[in-house]
Amino acid sequence: MTAEQSSAVELSGTLPSASGRVSKIKTLSLVMAVVLLNSFGNLSLAWGMHHADSVGTNPLGYLRAMLNPSVDLGICLLILWMLTRMALLSWADLSFVLPVTGSGYVLSALLGKVFLHEAISSFHWLGIFVIFIGTAMVGTTNQKTENGA
Amino acid sequence: MKWLLLAIIVVATVLADLLQSHEMKRSGTQSVNARGLARLLRMLVSRRYLVLAIVCMAFSFFAFMALVQVAPLSFAVPASAATFVLETLLAKLILKEDVGKRRAFGALLVLGGVLLLAR
Repeated sequence: MTAEQSSAVELSGTLPSASGRVSKIKTLSLVMAVVLLNSFGNLSLAWGMHHADSVGTNPLGYLRAMLNPSVDLGICLLILWMLTRMALLSWADLSFVLPVTGSGYVLSALLGKVFLHEAISSFHWLGIFVIFIGTAMVGTTNQKTENGA
Repeated sequence: MKWLLLAIIVVATVLADLLQSHEMKRSGTQSVNARGLARLLRMLVSRRYLVLAIVCMAFSFFAFMALVQVAPLSFAVPASAATFVLETLLAKLILKEDVGKRRAFGALLVLGGVLLLAR
């Protein structure tokens, strides 16, 4: 085991694969967690803000909005989203993470339809299909390239 | 005004992601169990690049909130998704990532899909 791998084990508490890399399955699981946390975090925040009193430009309005449990849940989910995304960026390229987590746009559109009763037009379905193809295409590339810093 | 806000969003988002990615690459592989998340939280407040990334994210967030007040969401979402292209380019140039044709084309497809979703 190289010094770099030893350092990774010490930091993470988990053993990397024989090649010193995190498995694709673990990466895709974390991508899924990042997408779910972001989409449900935003949904919970939007739901809470819709049901809170008008915030306006008064900073106290934001503090009052934080008394809403949906807003609090949304903030907690978005903090978890940021931490899991940081973990993902510790072993995967930014140019890999950005497009694959872009599938969150699809989930947000579907959640908007289910929970907020927003309409999905034929353009939206086409967009969802195109995002799906793009995400799948990037998902088949190496999560970390040799030239990465 | 809306173009100024958009410029703030794009610059702040790109800076935040580049700083975060650079710092996390240096930190080595991190886990996402309870101890791992606590360690990440500590890193978030103790590493200056990550602190700077959070400041940039805050600028981006508040500029986005201001943008949706002066421009329709159908402008704000696809316009801010332009960061995809810029970040992929800078990931290649600054972070020295090997962005191949397939990854670049996939990123463009995702951007195209976001534009369609915002119609």
